[in-house]
Amino acid sequence: MFKIVERERVNPVVNKFVIESPIIAKKREPGQFVIFRLHEKGERIPITIADADPKAGTITVYVQELGKTTFEMGKMNAGDEIADVVGPLGLPTPIEKVEGDIFAVAGGVGSAEVLPIARKHKEVGNKVVAILGYRSKDIVILEEEFKSFADEVYITTDDGSYGREGFVTHELKDHLDKGRKIAEVIAVGPAIMMKVVSDLTRHYDVKTMVSLNSIMIDGTGMCGVCRVEVGGETRYACVHGPEFDGHKVNFDLMLKRLASFKEEEKISLDRYNAAVGGENG
Amino acid sequence: MADTKIPRQDIPKQTPEERRKNFNEVALGYNKELAQLEAQRCIQCKKPFCIEGCPVEIDIPAFIALIKEGDFDGALAKMREKNLLPGICGRVCPQEEQCEIKCVLQKRFGAVAIGRLERFIADYEIEQDKMVIPPVADPTGKKIAVVGSGPGGLTVAADLAKLGHKVTLYEALHAPGGVLVYGIPEFRLPKAIVSRECHILEEMGVELVTDFVVGRAATVDELFEQGFDAVYLGLGAGLPWFMNIPGENLAGVYSANEYLTRINLMKAYKFPEYDTPIRVGKKVAVVGGGNVAMDAVRSSIRMGADEAYIIYRRSRTELPAREEEIENAEEEGVIFQFLVNPVQYIGDDTGRVKQIELLKMELGEPDSSGRRRPVPIEGSEYKIDIDTVVVAIGNGANPLVPGTTPGLETNKWGNIVAEVETGKTSKKAVWAGGDIVTGAATVIEAMGAGRIAANSIHEYLTTGKW
Repeated sequence: MFKIVERERVNPVVNKFVIESPIIAKKREPGQFVIFRLHEKGERIPITIADADPKAGTITVYVQELGKTTFEMGKMNAGDEIADVVGPLGLPTPIEKVEGDIFAVAGGVGSAEVLPIARKHKEVGNKVVAILGYRSKDIVILEEEFKSFADEVYITTDDGSYGREGFVTHELKDHLDKGRKIAEVIAVGPAIMMKVVSDLTRHYDVKTMVSLNSIMIDGTGMCGVCRVEVGGETRYACVHGPEFDGHKVNFDLMLKRLASFKEEEKISLDRYNAAVGGENG
Repeated sequence: MADTKIPRQDIPKQTPEERRKNFNEVALGYNKELAQLEAQRCIQCKKPFCIEGCPVEIDIPAFIALIKEGDFDGALAKMREKNLLPGICGRVCPQEEQCEIKCVLQKRFGAVAIGRLERFIADYEIEQDKMVIPPVADPTGKKIAVVGSGPGGLTVAADLAKLGHKVTLYEALHAPGGVLVYGIPEFRLPKAIVSRECHILEEMGVELVTDFVVGRAATVDELFEQGFDAVYLGLGAGLPWFMNIPGENLAGVYSANEYLTRINLMKAYKFPEYDTPIRVGKKVAVVGGGNVAMDAVRSSIRMGADEAYIIYRRSRTELPAREEEIENAEEEGVIFQFLVNPVQYIGDDTGRVKQIELLKMELGEPDSSGRRRPVPIEGSEYKIDIDTVVVAIGNGANPLVPGTTPGLETNKWGNIVAEVETGKTSKKAVWAGGDIVTGAATVIEAMGAGRIAANSIHEYLTTGKW
């Protein structure tokens, strides 16, 4: 069992959890993830590690409420225990000093997932520019954290209620058009957002890495559900990824695979709502 | 006296009509009377060939004699001397290729049903609500890390714990048992049996650590730094194979590992009570002819498929699955399509599979495996409508441990190279066995490899000689 030591609702749809997990806290590196199973009847879901405190033996994750399991997790509090937390999984992000700027581009809760990668880039001496996109002002998260280390931070909101009105691609395009020397774009967020960022940067021939949030079960390369097509080859996001060259990922296929269990996910959430008398989702 | 006039006793089973609708065990097991009757058939050979056929060398005539006398406790103790996991082996070992094929009665009267008797003894223990814990030697002070709690890892752990060594058993999933819990369905091996047999290990002093991925949470070298004297790698199946044909990544196309893991480990057959979903349509095609394919196709029937196909490129004679499982599948209404191979899967506009295109085959000359090679018949393609595909054609090697362990030699397929006689790898104090070494094999072969490695590990720990 893994104890939740801190839980905070950081916006109307995202919860931050600090969880006791000393081994993972010590070993994890930016880009890696864990798999949770809340209880005996729970499903296994992958979540990127946002931060860790090796001394305290804790990891931090940000979980967006999307389906039954994440809503259920959102009802858990400090002191509650999670049945299983396994990790760190996936390959760490390769990070070294490079010529040119690093653009960390995130959508929604992806900003929590790109945070450790961006921070490590700064630590090794790279110039880090963060472009963080949200639907509206009320769900902006982690702005201060990014501002505390990043060289430049740009916020966009779909409705213009905060920062620049529009999408992260609008902001990114301006920088690309100005001819900035960009070593690498790291895009983390919903699959559709990573797709449009990759489509944009392809025209400018700027290296773009994306962190794929496929469906997973074991997370160790046994089941194969997380398979994605990269450069025409089948790859397993859990052991070959989660990061891949965004210009080579078949996003259309990935989006369809992500929707494989859409109907079942709805059944599960409706049943949960009926049981808790809530209207989540 | 042995009585060869008694026929080999059938095992009572759920009827095909009943079992198509549930995940309960198909074979119900012998009662005492049937077990004693069957035990009377054993002629107690002076030189018992059956023992030679058993990878873990159970004293088969001795435990059968005890059953015949009604000394079931004695039979259980005799069994546990060599095999800690009779409830598992009695159910899933291919006895017809191992102990029973060696039985001298085999040709004229039918072999003694050794597997069924083994299972009877295990069931007896559960019925009595007993747990016979084998005696454990005084602590040696030596520490062994066993990586993977499948059949091989469980055997190594049990053997070394008995000898007084301190064993820590690491499992990446949330439950111990490896393929016994994620792969083999409930109707063939109830999960309660596996957790019970794992619990015996804990009673013997084995420390079981779940949710721990060696290669990520700790590397093999870090295990040595933590004070382990030896490491056994029983990593099991790795990346599932696909055929690299168009449409394999469509929604509705599963690897057998995913399909069975959802159903067995995650209990998707109880969705939505359990959270993990699975979508099994009305027409399911399972590609492959091994035991895993049979498990997948029979699970499909239980999940409500109207038509469940086995798509196999050779003929019935060459099916690698156990005869018993093929017959069970036939009884349950599985449709076998022999001498066909998938060419592509065709999807609908939402990206979900809707058809399979098959190419007819004929059998040519025998290939390196000794089986006749399937040869495509040009222009014979045809399509059938299906909504679910399960690809059960085997697994490659998992890269997690080999990729993080310097000095550990692998072959060109990524399997770990280990000596057949000892299980020793190229890296000092590291042994390996089971699917990660040989590629897909059987539960008992993994257990046999575990037994061999445990002996070698014990020798190393006592003599210090590598």
